[in-house]
Amino acid sequence: MAVNDAPRSGGLDAPLLGSGFGRVPAAYWAIGFILLIMPVFAGNFWLFQIFGWSFCLGIIALSLMFLAGYGGMVSLVQMTVAALAGYAVAILGTSGVQQISLGMPWWLYIPLAIIIAAVFATLVGALAVRTEGIYTIMITLAIASAFFYFTRQNYDIFNGYNGFNFVVPPRLFGVDWRQPTAFYYLSLVMAALCYLAVLYVARSPFGLALQGVRDNPRRMAAMGFNVTAHRIAAYTFSGVIAAIGGILLVWQNTQVAPFTAGIPAVIDILIIAVIGGIRRPIGPFVGAFIYVLLSTFSPDVLSSFGLSTERFKLIVGLGFLAVVFFSPDGALGLWDRWRERQRKNLDPLTGRPKAAGAA
Amino acid sequence: MNWTKRSLLGLAGAFALSWGLSAPAAAQQQPPIRIGILVALEGAFAAGGRDAVRNVELALRQVNHTVAGRRIETIVAPTDTRPDTAVRQARKLIEQDRVDFIIGPLSGSEGIAIRDYAKTIPDRTIINGISGALEMTWVDPAPNVFRFNLDGAQWGSGLGTYVVRNKGWRRIATVSADYSFGYTNFLGFAVDFCRAGGTIVQRFWVPLGAADFGGVIAQLPDNVDAIYLGMGGTDAINFLNQWQQAGAGTRLIGGTIMADQTVLSARGRAKDALIGTPTSGPLAEDNPDPAWQNYVRLYREAFPANERFNSPSLFGVGYFIATSAAIAGLNAVNGDLSDGQRRFNAALSSLKLATPLGEVSLNENRQATGTVFVNEVAEGPGGTLVNRMVARVDGVNQTLGMTAEQFRAMGLPSRTNPDCRALGGG
Repeated sequence: MAVNDAPRSGGLDAPLLGSGFGRVPAAYWAIGFILLIMPVFAGNFWLFQIFGWSFCLGIIALSLMFLAGYGGMVSLVQMTVAALAGYAVAILGTSGVQQISLGMPWWLYIPLAIIIAAVFATLVGALAVRTEGIYTIMITLAIASAFFYFTRQNYDIFNGYNGFNFVVPPRLFGVDWRQPTAFYYLSLVMAALCYLAVLYVARSPFGLALQGVRDNPRRMAAMGFNVTAHRIAAYTFSGVIAAIGGILLVWQNTQVAPFTAGIPAVIDILIIAVIGGIRRPIGPFVGAFIYVLLSTFSPDVLSSFGLSTERFKLIVGLGFLAVVFFSPDGALGLWDRWRERQRKNLDPLTGRPKAAGAA
Repeated sequence: MNWTKRSLLGLAGAFALSWGLSAPAAAQQQPPIRIGILVALEGAFAAGGRDAVRNVELALRQVNHTVAGRRIETIVAPTDTRPDTAVRQARKLIEQDRVDFIIGPLSGSEGIAIRDYAKTIPDRTIINGISGALEMTWVDPAPNVFRFNLDGAQWGSGLGTYVVRNKGWRRIATVSADYSFGYTNFLGFAVDFCRAGGTIVQRFWVPLGAADFGGVIAQLPDNVDAIYLGMGGTDAINFLNQWQQAGAGTRLIGGTIMADQTVLSARGRAKDALIGTPTSGPLAEDNPDPAWQNYVRLYREAFPANERFNSPSLFGVGYFIATSAAIAGLNAVNGDLSDGQRRFNAALSSLKLATPLGEVSLNENRQATGTVFVNEVAEGPGGTLVNRMVARVDGVNQTLGMTAEQFRAMGLPSRTNPDCRALGGG
């Protein structure tokens, strides 16, 4: 999905560099147009189940991509932040558990849910940024499992094992936002906004400093940047992104329960980000799409070959292994390499200089 | 785009292939009836889920995969016992695979989620597989959801009376798993036990998947006749190990999954603490009823020994009965599923279904009334442990013999429900 001529060396590689629409490559317009008119030729199942789910997971994985790709911090807590936002929506808004839900209006509980999730992400960040590499992974994984067990045992606020059901989006402008087409556009617009926000922040002075911190924290500190503050702020920003994805996910499922942020779900987000590629913000969406396709259709692939559907996880696992094996930097890496080769092959015929786009 | 486009094309090709292969058989007569099988094939119940798929196949083989001249096709949708996965897969079955109705799901919280989903597809039918959550057919039930198995509370019923009358155990403490099935199964036992005049001295709740039960075991009171254990799987084995190390002590009463095959066939001697423990549930392996014996024989003949259990599992029996109910319902309407399946639903509601577990009928919530078996763990040949049937209770209904108002007034299963004193116990 990513068509771009930018260098692959790290941070400054997204296509929206500079200002104005003129710099947006034609392929982006094409993909955007196809996504916009998708409801014309895609059925409800594809709109709601495949694309809707991909956008929700993609947004959550995008928050991990921001931390990992621009900040160099692999956090396993993103799904937990997303689930906390979902829980906040269920607790502050309306749900099937009337003795707990407070029934606030939507304009109050949605911002509150995002703020709560962002505060939580900031606190986790404050704990985690003092560690590096595998220790960050461990500390965030520990927080994620603690959250899972806490929600499962706490009945007064989180309603324990059962969680909350009937958590539906508010009926705004007379539209039922859980209808497939409406939800498709809702999640598409949110995904696009989050995507653009990440691109924008990555180009902003803060984003550039963050990438500097990723590459050489000591030099950045010597230049007078507050390394810790930049990292914590990155957690806060990614918390907002994850919260948006989490709220959409809870609306799509109409329910939130401890398993929403169980350890498998937490790991799934990492898998999505890795198979998509964590170098650019489009990667998580590609990864989420692959993940959703594989987990939805792998039983059918098996049964079409006359095999027992019990082993459907095998297809999912092999698919992930194949992506990671052939391209350590995810599906986007495959695309980049393929384009690179095309370009080299085409050079003598078109007369384009070999260095085109690889500056 | 290219990668995903290619994978999409591949998937489309796979579909075309599978459709092309199955099309000639279906083209002869009326279109086939498509049944979606929603079943857990991942996670703690994966082995039981596989047995469920086998049993659907077994039930369909009895009618040669044909009902009222229409061929029956099945599509399996695997879940991982998470409610959101169950709903996703159900949606895929209905919207993508265009099945006529669904048999499933397998686990409790999946059942509650599917009940809510069913309300959005009023023209399709869902016949529960073996989900045991009381709420599925009790709280705001969906008109198109049918359950031909008993729920978790019903499974516990009958055991209380048995231990009070036959064993003379009147004072007990309880240790149960802290989640919905734990509450529900405990509620069924406790209602019956308290009405028979028993006293529950203290209740302990242990988290699902806990490893250390030392704290609870140390707190268990001494002056009781027995301890009720409402756990299953590895939790049950871990508890029994630590229970023995702490010197065991008193007699045990088991919940429905406390003494099933996964626990009885575990290694080590800790399970010996279970000898003489009464449990209750929807089936008894040595049930002398010819219907059961006949079913077990069919099951053993249908599959080679290394591809099945020695005797059908709880999950398998549930799916077998659900599939039998579907076949009986389809026969009653002569395979006609038009009219938004209204006539099919009416036929299902009024079925008097002969099952391997005895006759089952549905109440106004489309919930089964049927038989509960009380078993006792005994030593079998070669030091193995087996369940021996010691009593059966016929006609256990959804409200455990109370009126709907009384049962509703008692409240839903939770840590503190039921109130033993209000039921006549102490």
